[in-house]
Amino acid sequence: MSSDGAPRLPARDRPWVMRTYAGHTTAKASNELYRRNLAKGQTGLSVAFDLPTQTGYDPDHELSRGEVGKVGVSISHRGDMAALMADIPLGEMNTSMTINATAAWLLALYIVTAESQGVNQDQLQGTTQNDIIKEFLARGTYAFPPGPSMRLTADTIAYTVEHVPKWNPINICSYHLQEAGATPVQEIAYSMSNAIAVLDAVRDRLASLPDGGGESAMGQVFGRVSFFVNAGLRFIEEHAKLRAMGILWEELGRERYGVTDERLLRFRYGVQVNSLGLTEVQPENNVQRIVLEALAVTLGRNARARAIQLPAWNEALGLPRPWDQQWSLRIQQVLAYETDVLDYPDIFEGSKVMDGLVAQLLDGARAEMAVVSEHGGAVAAVPYMKSGLVESNRERLRRIESGTQIVVGQNHFAETEASPLTADADGGILVVDPELEAQQIEAVQAWRADRDEAAVKQALGQLARVAADENSQENLMVPTIAAARAGATTGEWAATLRDVFGSYRGPTGVSDAAATGPAAAGPTANGEVIPGDGASADALAAELEQLREQVASLTERLGRRPKMLVGKPGLDGHSNGAEQIAVAARDCGLDVVYEGIRLTPSQIAATALQEGVHVIGLSILSGSHRELIPLVMDALRDVGVSAPVVVGGIIPERDVELLKRAGVAAVYTPKDFDITRVMREVVGLVADTIGDGPVANGNGHAHPSAVTTSPLSA
Amino acid sequence: MSVTTSPSSGRSRPTRATDGAEVGRRLREGDVSAAPATLNILESRATGDRDRAVALLHEVSPQALGHEPRGHIIGVTGPPGAGKSTLLAALVRQLRDNGYGVDLAGNASQPTRSQAVIAVDPSSRRSGGALLGDRVRIQLEQPDPNVFIRSSAAGDRHGGLARGTRTAAEALAAAFEVVILETVGVGQGETEVADVADTVVVVVQPGGGDVLQFLKSGIMEIPDILVVTKADIGPLATRTARELRAALRVLGAGHDSHDAPPSVVAVSSLQPPAGVDDLVAALGARWQALNADGGRALKARRLQTRRAGALTDFTVEHGEHGLRALGGRREVERFLAAQAPELGVAELVAKLDARMPGERSDNVLQ
Ligand code: B12
Ligand SMILES: Nc1nc2c(ncn2[C@@H]2O[C@H](COP(=O)(O)OP(=O)(O)OP(=O)(O)O)[C@@H](O)[C@H]2O)c(=O)[nH]1
Ligand SMILES: [Mg+2]
Repeated sequence: MSSDGAPRLPARDRPWVMRTYAGHTTAKASNELYRRNLAKGQTGLSVAFDLPTQTGYDPDHELSRGEVGKVGVSISHRGDMAALMADIPLGEMNTSMTINATAAWLLALYIVTAESQGVNQDQLQGTTQNDIIKEFLARGTYAFPPGPSMRLTADTIAYTVEHVPKWNPINICSYHLQEAGATPVQEIAYSMSNAIAVLDAVRDRLASLPDGGGESAMGQVFGRVSFFVNAGLRFIEEHAKLRAMGILWEELGRERYGVTDERLLRFRYGVQVNSLGLTEVQPENNVQRIVLEALAVTLGRNARARAIQLPAWNEALGLPRPWDQQWSLRIQQVLAYETDVLDYPDIFEGSKVMDGLVAQLLDGARAEMAVVSEHGGAVAAVPYMKSGLVESNRERLRRIESGTQIVVGQNHFAETEASPLTADADGGILVVDPELEAQQIEAVQAWRADRDEAAVKQALGQLARVAADENSQENLMVPTIAAARAGATTGEWAATLRDVFGSYRGPTGVSDAAATGPAAAGPTANGEVIPGDGASADALAAELEQLREQVASLTERLGRRPKMLVGKPGLDGHSNGAEQIAVAARDCGLDVVYEGIRLTPSQIAATALQEGVHVIGLSILSGSHRELIPLVMDALRDVGVSAPVVVGGIIPERDVELLKRAGVAAVYTPKDFDITRVMREVVGLVADTIGDGPVANGNGHAHPSAVTTSPLSA
Repeated sequence: MSVTTSPSSGRSRPTRATDGAEVGRRLREGDVSAAPATLNILESRATGDRDRAVALLHEVSPQALGHEPRGHIIGVTGPPGAGKSTLLAALVRQLRDNGYGVDLAGNASQPTRSQAVIAVDPSSRRSGGALLGDRVRIQLEQPDPNVFIRSSAAGDRHGGLARGTRTAAEALAAAFEVVILETVGVGQGETEVADVADTVVVVVQPGGGDVLQFLKSGIMEIPDILVVTKADIGPLATRTARELRAALRVLGAGHDSHDAPPSVVAVSSLQPPAGVDDLVAALGARWQALNADGGRALKARRLQTRRAGALTDFTVEHGEHGLRALGGRREVERFLAAQAPELGVAELVAKLDARMPGERSDNVLQ
């Protein structure tokens, strides 16, 4: 072999920062987990907070029920943060926090905790996600209306650039957009438009200061903005996407913000790879998917990730256990330390295919950015972008349902041996102790009882005053840090701001989704259609037509069109499933009421009653179904609604019985990807309630057979 | 007696035809919790429900009540996306917390105790079904048993009122202090709302040139109140409001001769809302005017809407052919005008039905 062929780097590149998105239950338990992970060679922390912390509620708030310490760690005050970071040297650690609406608050707690470790804020390194626009679009943990939210964002950025210079105050996220269905073009265009909105807001903020924020402030700000992206299975195109983003970013810096320093113009990103495509069926296949997706963000040196975190093989089953996360960390380590990806300069330079792909994506993204700009920029265009995501996701799901997009193990090659991976008693997932909520409630109440109440009142009063003055010169971070120091809680901080800013409900994006005609026999997304067990687009269209007729005859018999309520109880922000079910229900002829995320059981019950619905579908993915579904059933009974209830989402097999005992008629999970069949069963339930036997549909069974025992989770 | 779907839920439960009367009686007594059942009955086309509907409406007709239904029926209409639903959210809150601002005697008014909102969604019915999205915008943070919100899909006629919506608004006015109907439309839609509402509010967004043109050209009837939304976006909103005011000065007063000239109000419904108190004041003034003088204006207006409603209902049911069978539209109008003023729409329709050659007359309530 000749050795002068491929150029090598003089020295191997240093690997990216390796993280595991982790955190659950209490600060103390999460701290132990972090220290174990660090001992295993993980090089940074990525903190997952529970939903109450992310949305600004204390554990004892009504909306926190069932959610405390579930999907992340519960942090209410500086005491919790100190416990979370105990024995972790904050001067050296690089900590990424997935926190948005309450980012300013959690950053304040972190700063105060560092202080108590003797570390000054200017030493701190890490990231607060702090990207609120994508919360409105895809992730759902917003707390305040758009205007004040952008002000908070701008203030945290302005503050950190000055006082916490090594901090990444914001991570513009395209990750969640792809998880909500975005195409590569949408992912690029919407995230770049989002970045523009944020940077413009900071620019205005700086301009309002007496010194304009100082000489090169905007350059510094630009240089501190990093991205959090996604990488799907079509990893070559995904790599092109990242190159395209790098080009756009540099262009934006130079042209819109006048940045000239090369270092500040670099497109820096961290990544979590695609999880939306990870399946419940044959979950072991997810490992291959994760590895291939990781290639998209590591192969080409010119667009390589700075930090990576990978989902686990059991993503679609429930929360990963430490062992599952270890497996994903090991994937990164094998890639970085055993392969030669870090040995070469950029391997795609000069590739016609790559350049062509990049050019195509750039064209598409620029056109879409222009549309967003016509809508008045990213904040004003939230409803437009949201509808775009719902529509793309709908198309994706229809391709999968019709079999034109192959998903191995799901719509093709579905035969399987029993899996040993899910055979354990825990069903292969982490289960959080339900007792924990009560303990956290006690703990936060004890904390409140034990602090200098007057100091807290005074600090929150000051926060309210600054917040109430829209044109305040004072940065909101200042009273926020003071409140953290005084011992205020997450719920109190957020409630103070809610009082001033008002509350907000994001758009649902479903109303504008185009009605489905006959299924489009569009281009196959991943290669040719190969013979298999997937239904064809035509067969699906015929099936839908038949269902519509069934609904029409049911309409005759009911006297009015069957009406369905799609409800999302609790703090869960996973809206994809609810949106798609709502649109599918509309498409098969039902009248559908969908009010978006984050509803209390009593809100859902009131709507069901007032709207006179014939069937209620609840969607819940956050893992709090055991607590929340029975509460919704009680609330419905209380108001006298007896329409049948179905539940969908991430529901482990062993919880199905509990839900049925609470009165739920049927349970659906990600394996039920054939939505037309699901809808047929839901319509069948309505037909059953009028008791004249099944509607004329030639589909004999009266009861849904959605819950079959999977050999995988048996 | 038949066994059919209970009006109050989707579950099968034997019910009697008298359920309709019972629901009507509850409304008459001011029981707002009868609202869901009212809509379930009035929206339904099933035979049993048609009978119930007649029985229900009979209980809340002016004849049965002994007076006009007490609620203020407000029709809110305007082009798609103008900001109607968002405005309603702010309006409902404001009324709930403070009422109209001042009462007839000029004192601070009582909060409005009960409100019903019927949001008619324009969604295309291409697949038959509809996604009813308005509720999302209107909803209160906490459910309030005295605020009833119902979404319904538009009828088959484009932008038209869904079946039963108009009758429902009338029926609910027996129990609720305020009944609001949200529909989409400009140039067409507001006429249908005008057939039921005591007060027509047309909502325009800044730069809403269409509405100005429609008003000037007479395609659109002059509403009682014009609202320019999204005032927060600045100069364009101010200009739109100014242009509308100027146009209205030229065009003169509203379509009821005794009306005050329409008010033009600029609002921002985003938190914190601005201008909503002006809208509420305009609504209050309008309601006072209708109720002044022993409610003379209100009675006249209601009489007109009931007769127009009966004509619409009859025509929807029997078509032009039905009108011809009764001697033509003018003849029908004359017949309706000759009926007792306290008859409700259902009674009026029943009288027309009874005159149809060969028609069974079991719906007639004499
Ligand atoms: C996409 C996704 C996201 C997106 C959500 C985007 C959105 N707007 O929906 C983003 C990236 C924002 C996200 C964020 C988070 N996520 Co997430 N997410 C997922 C993921 C990968 C896919 C879910 C999905 O959308 N699938 C596609 C839709 C169409 O499928 P579906 O909802 O399952 O619906 C199908 C069926 O379930 C059923 N169905 C569902 N609902 C209904 C309703 C009715 C009436 C009917 C008939 C049927 C039905 O029919 C549908 C069609 O088949 C899952 C894992 C997985 N692969 O399933 C994790 C997952 C749900 N997420 C999880 C977590 C923890 C989070 C976070 C809370 C993390 C954190 N600590 O911050 C955040 C916060 C989100 C929040 N605000 O609540 C966990 C939940 C753990 C648990 N249940 O114990 C999961 C399981 C991943 C994991 N293993 O850890 N997530
Ligand atoms: N800036 C601003 N935006 C508003 C205001 N009111 C409504 N909007 C926005 O305008 C859009 C449409 O608002 P809706 O209230 O749904 O309008 P609508 O007239 O009910 O729409 P349809 O029922 O679909 O015809 C939404 O994105 C609102 O957020 C306002 O006062 N100011
Ligand atoms: Mg609306």
